[in-house]
Amino acid sequence: VDVFGSFALLLAFLCAAYAFVGGIAAIRTRHPLLVKSARQAGIAACGLIFVSTFSLVYLFFSDSYWVAYVVAHSNRDLSTFYKIAALWSGQEGSLLFWSFLLAIYVISVLLVYRNKNGELMPYVGVVLAGVQIFFLTLNNFVASPFKVLASPGANGVMNIFTRADGNGLNPLLQYPEMVIHPPNLYSGYTGFTIPFAFALGALLAKYPGEKWIHLTRKWTMIAWCFQTMGILLGAHWAYAVLGWGGYWGWDPVENASLLPWLTGTAFLHSVMMQEKRGMMKVWNVWLVFTTFMLCILGTLLTRSGVVSSVHAFAQSSIGTWFVGFLALIFLVCLTAYIRNRDYLKSENQLDSMISRESSFLFNNLILLVSCVAVLSGTLFPVFSEWFSKSRISVGAPFFNKVNIPIGLLLLFLTGVGPLLAWRKTSVESLKRNFAGPLIAGLVAGAAALAFGLREFYAVVCLTLCTFVASTIGLEFFRGARVIRARSGASFFASAVDLTMRNTRRYGGYIVHMGMVLIFVGLAGAAFNKDAQKEMDRGSTLRIGRYDLLLQGFDTKHEKNYDSERMIVEVLRDNKPLMMLYPERRFFPSNEQSGTMVAIYSTLREDLYVVYAGQSPDTQMPVIHAYLNPLVKWIWLGGLVVVLGTIVTLLPNRRAVLAFAAVPQRVPSSPLVGTLAPSATLREGHD
Amino acid sequence: LRKQAKFGIGIGIIVVSMGFLAWLGYGESKTYYHTIAELQTLQGSARAHRLRVAGTVEPGTIRRMSGRVDFVLDGEGKSLPVSYVGNDPLPDTFVDKSQALVEGSLARNGNFVAERVQAKCASKYEAAPNAGPGSQAGTNTSRSTM
Repeated sequence: VDVFGSFALLLAFLCAAYAFVGGIAAIRTRHPLLVKSARQAGIAACGLIFVSTFSLVYLFFSDSYWVAYVVAHSNRDLSTFYKIAALWSGQEGSLLFWSFLLAIYVISVLLVYRNKNGELMPYVGVVLAGVQIFFLTLNNFVASPFKVLASPGANGVMNIFTRADGNGLNPLLQYPEMVIHPPNLYSGYTGFTIPFAFALGALLAKYPGEKWIHLTRKWTMIAWCFQTMGILLGAHWAYAVLGWGGYWGWDPVENASLLPWLTGTAFLHSVMMQEKRGMMKVWNVWLVFTTFMLCILGTLLTRSGVVSSVHAFAQSSIGTWFVGFLALIFLVCLTAYIRNRDYLKSENQLDSMISRESSFLFNNLILLVSCVAVLSGTLFPVFSEWFSKSRISVGAPFFNKVNIPIGLLLLFLTGVGPLLAWRKTSVESLKRNFAGPLIAGLVAGAAALAFGLREFYAVVCLTLCTFVASTIGLEFFRGARVIRARSGASFFASAVDLTMRNTRRYGGYIVHMGMVLIFVGLAGAAFNKDAQKEMDRGSTLRIGRYDLLLQGFDTKHEKNYDSERMIVEVLRDNKPLMMLYPERRFFPSNEQSGTMVAIYSTLREDLYVVYAGQSPDTQMPVIHAYLNPLVKWIWLGGLVVVLGTIVTLLPNRRAVLAFAAVPQRVPSSPLVGTLAPSATLREGHD
Repeated sequence: LRKQAKFGIGIGIIVVSMGFLAWLGYGESKTYYHTIAELQTLQGSARAHRLRVAGTVEPGTIRRMSGRVDFVLDGEGKSLPVSYVGNDPLPDTFVDKSQALVEGSLARNGNFVAERVQAKCASKYEAAPNAGPGSQAGTNTSRSTM
């Protein structure tokens, strides 16, 4: 099977190469058969990548310990669930997995648009094939996952040998999130290839108008959604597994996943300027180019360890390939831009400071500032070495100083932006839309101060969260009220109806609402507490309103590890509440140990208990407890964001009422009249 | 043109204030990376910087005491005595012969006082640079200040 898999991979490379060369020939000659054959080669390449990936999965399941990659990342006792995760737990496998996910996107695009957009698709196909060629080169010739264990035998012949068992999967990865987090994040990284290919293809083809933006909107949303989920799942994994009580540490790899998210978010917003007003064309094209390059950079940072200094003494050669690829993409994009830049002339100019356009402009600006700050902070060690010979790194204070105010500004714009009119907003509508929410926000802020909260940023965040939530609530309320007045349905049903009529607008609001919840959760971090204590049987540790009473220990032998658990009784306000079992696990196959955190999570706070090992002096067990307020809101917010994104992807429901005798918009009706500026009932995109 | 100027000023204010905050954060958290051999040649003010040093934990030198852990880091044939004084428990991967990265400052006697320790098992290097984002955060003692 290993030969089969690697052969499929080689064939996939050849097919992608044909799709690339044939595609260029097809564009030159415009021969329909060539176009068709290039497309089919692209599809075949994807199919072969699937075959090859499934071969590797099969090798894991069949415990084939003559394949180096399987030996390094699996063992016989590893459960089936984690054998799937072992696929992307190392360099070679994750690169193959990249190709695999990309192939899913590519094959979908090629099939969905096989009879449409005939002018554009050959270009898109060529760009996609180009990206595939790069990854297939790595898969085939640089980091093949199908290498077998071999040693030179007599007369120079290599003998393949088989190991009895594998080294096992890194214990840190033996956790359910690790099975779903990398696929999500990689789906995000790879997904941005599609808008990139369309943008570059449209620029090369001088494809008319904003059509590529309409075509790629859904693909971008999908990639963005995966990226968001990937980041949040990674944060949750860090929180639940690593046992340090936090979820985000501004680690280079974390930053790498955030960078394309920032530019991707900026792109999702600024394309609306192009759709509605024909502005920012150059900006949009470069945003999507940048997002894709940051995705590649993210993969590079994750894979090569250029930055993280733990890896500084064991850099992998793969980095050179990625840097070369990045340089190539940049050159191609720059050339395409310079040659065809006339086609990107803006049709309009900014009219007013208080308008939808300017809110998008500032949204983009601060997202970009944040991106630049995170990028420069992450790459600082590399740059400082070039310029000053000393390798300087910056830590969390640097990132927080810049990104907390940026986050709050963004939050403010989240509330304001969607309610501002295009071109210019009247004072009248400002009052109507913002007076209520502004008062609500200020009341919430004042209440927070009255309750004794003194963290400046947290109070500002709470004020803004209330403000934004109220503006969104008000939008739903007003729209639903109009529908209810006419249909007589319940308020909830009216709100759902409203959402389904303009999924893009109201789905967007739901996404914004999710971001508000996430910000509430982030603000909670200002009030984190922790306590650490050597514990004897029967002793207690107090944190906040909780008491932790150590009742005893037990040990357990599982298939792949041995575990030792603390049995801790939790009392809240001196009343028994529940039992928690913080755990340490030892994995014999690779002689590593791991921590399993016990978490009692409520909307108000998380009680987070770690078994921190034995005290060196007394040999007594040490318990480390954290009290982290509001963390759960982050994960809930993530769910809401995903839900909102799914809503935006749904097609608009036709307004059934349009067929009724009463016309949709009666100017004389005072209700509808007041609503017109917020475009509640307007069909289509907004 | 006046409109453009207004936008220019708005953009300028944001960029400048963010730049100022970044500069503050930089001053607060900049850390110099040195090898063990370089540490011994550092002069004057460079010795007072916040430092990062990488090396291999010398087998048998880890001594765990209450409130601190002493060990010796080796690299390029030199060795450096380190005292870890941070609050967080040392990572599970911190054992004899593991590759460790310590962050802290030099004491007057030339010992290194570490506030953070990151570690990676040497024997398992292949298994280490794995899995997506976050895996490297997996092995440190730092706390996010967010």
